[in-house]
Amino acid sequence: MVQLSCSDIQLNFGGVRALSGVSFDVQQGEIFAIIGPNGAGKSSMLNCISGLYHPQQGTVLYEGQDVTRLPPYERTKRGMARSFQNIALFKGMSVIDNLMIGRHLHQHTGLISGGLYYGPAQTEETRHREYCEEIIEFLEIQSIRKSIVGTLAYGFQKRVELARALALEPKLLLLDEPMAGMNLEETEDMVRFILETNESRGITIIMIEHDMGVVMDISNTVCVLDFGKKIAGGTPDEVQNDPHVIKAYLGEEDPEEP
Amino acid sequence: MRCGDFKTSYAADMTIFESGTARVMLGLFFCLLFSLPFFVPGYLLDIVNRIGIAVIGAIGLNILTGFTGQISLGNAAFMAIGAFSCGYLGTKFGLPFYLCIPLAGLITAFFGMFVGIPSLRIKGLYLAMATLAAHFIVEFVVVKWESVTGGVAGLTIATPKIGSFAIDSDARLFFLIFVIAIVAVLFAKNLFRTKVGKAFIAIRDQAISAEVMGVNILKYKLLSFGISSFYVGVAGALVAYQAKIISPETFPVSVAIDYLGMIIIGGLGSILGSIYGAIFITLLPELLRMGTSSLAGSFPGMVNHLAAMKELVFGLLVIIFLIFEPSGMAARWHSIKNYWKLYPFSH
Repeated sequence: MVQLSCSDIQLNFGGVRALSGVSFDVQQGEIFAIIGPNGAGKSSMLNCISGLYHPQQGTVLYEGQDVTRLPPYERTKRGMARSFQNIALFKGMSVIDNLMIGRHLHQHTGLISGGLYYGPAQTEETRHREYCEEIIEFLEIQSIRKSIVGTLAYGFQKRVELARALALEPKLLLLDEPMAGMNLEETEDMVRFILETNESRGITIIMIEHDMGVVMDISNTVCVLDFGKKIAGGTPDEVQNDPHVIKAYLGEEDPEEP
Repeated sequence: MRCGDFKTSYAADMTIFESGTARVMLGLFFCLLFSLPFFVPGYLLDIVNRIGIAVIGAIGLNILTGFTGQISLGNAAFMAIGAFSCGYLGTKFGLPFYLCIPLAGLITAFFGMFVGIPSLRIKGLYLAMATLAAHFIVEFVVVKWESVTGGVAGLTIATPKIGSFAIDSDARLFFLIFVIAIVAVLFAKNLFRTKVGKAFIAIRDQAISAEVMGVNILKYKLLSFGISSFYVGVAGALVAYQAKIISPETFPVSVAIDYLGMIIIGGLGSILGSIYGAIFITLLPELLRMGTSSLAGSFPGMVNHLAAMKELVFGLLVIIFLIFEPSGMAARWHSIKNYWKLYPFSH
């Protein structure tokens, strides 16, 4: 079943065309990778899906509904979550509070009941705290749950960002370079978490990643962008042998050279 | 002796006061606080009352600036709105003070939200300018709208009464102010351990990802302006009851700067910090004045110079504070507490 369908997305910044006519479908429950050289428009594509950018042309259909014009928080309500390329956590808050923000849409405590605290607000806080603790356990970050996020090491921050996205209970998770800047061990951990998220929680994943080994190993479908255009799409094997992709990544063979 | 924190439930992990000792200490503090009016002379009690009002106002400003990250220089204007609406409701409609104060808060909250609308587009220094503009608009309106505010001549405030019991002395006012202040502190403290308060902090730290996490930025920024202005409006109403006569000069722009000083010195984004800052900024000029007047006896020729020195020392102390403890008194208190927590076995 198609969960997300982007068709003919076109995005301009002034005179610069970031995306021109990109279309693809994401199946429910798959790991969908977007790859491409620097400046290909991968992050712009992700921003169009999550609502930070609104494309000039084209539609984003999510679970059959047109969400192209909706603001980000409306899409989050419908079950989308994302992480950012440059970590965008709430740096002044503790890890657990960052996760509790993920429960924002699931909580109903208002201003007055929150200010009074005892009673319904406390019950609700405790219930959602339990949910967050489950995620903390899943991502193995128990030891840092009370630490202020801004003081944590990079690898941990990336993991907390995944945790925060999971706290939203999403159906579709957008990850912008989840493995960027990590060493081998951290990458392996992250891959394990992503696979588990996908398999045991049944969350569809769209990710941008530069680590080709990871992309080819874990994704079901790969979409290749270059200069804002989709140049190839399909299974990892199909994409690897596609002449356009080889050309985009390695350049063209010069016919003059022997 | 305590040897660590052991929690057995999430509710226990989310309490404000971590240990029984803290609660006992707080109880003792309240006993001491509420016995103050019985042995402290009038002039000093007036200062204590001003501290109580400053606590409410500083928490209000900290909710907006420290927790939500929206710089506001409109604090004095909001206080003026609170004070004048409280005074008007009390004198013209004869409403009792226990209705006037919350209504003044609500009216100020409404104005605050209105002033907050530009914050959806502008940030930082630009927002500071917009709120400063609001201050001058309010000042102008207060001077010109004589039928409501009494203009430059000012407005006489009706003495607050419960039945025939008049709250007319500093000691009686003390109880009114501090009951409200304690409720204000607790409400704010609770607010920041639940959904709404956390959404404010999220907006401060990362507005874009807050929006992606499902926080409606528009709604929560305006809500923050509303709550903050409510607090400041209530503080303004209490200023009115304390001053008895209020005029446009009661709320100059320097009041807004004082409040900014309180939350910066006390600690941005900290309720405890707001309290420390309020105490510090209210007390400092008084202490300096006492210091200079006692020195004036020994150096009679220096009286004028000493008065000028007071401003200088005040400014200097603020600068020194910012250099050596930029995250505020609350952070320093925290580190002192941590040091003594397991003393002498801290490692």
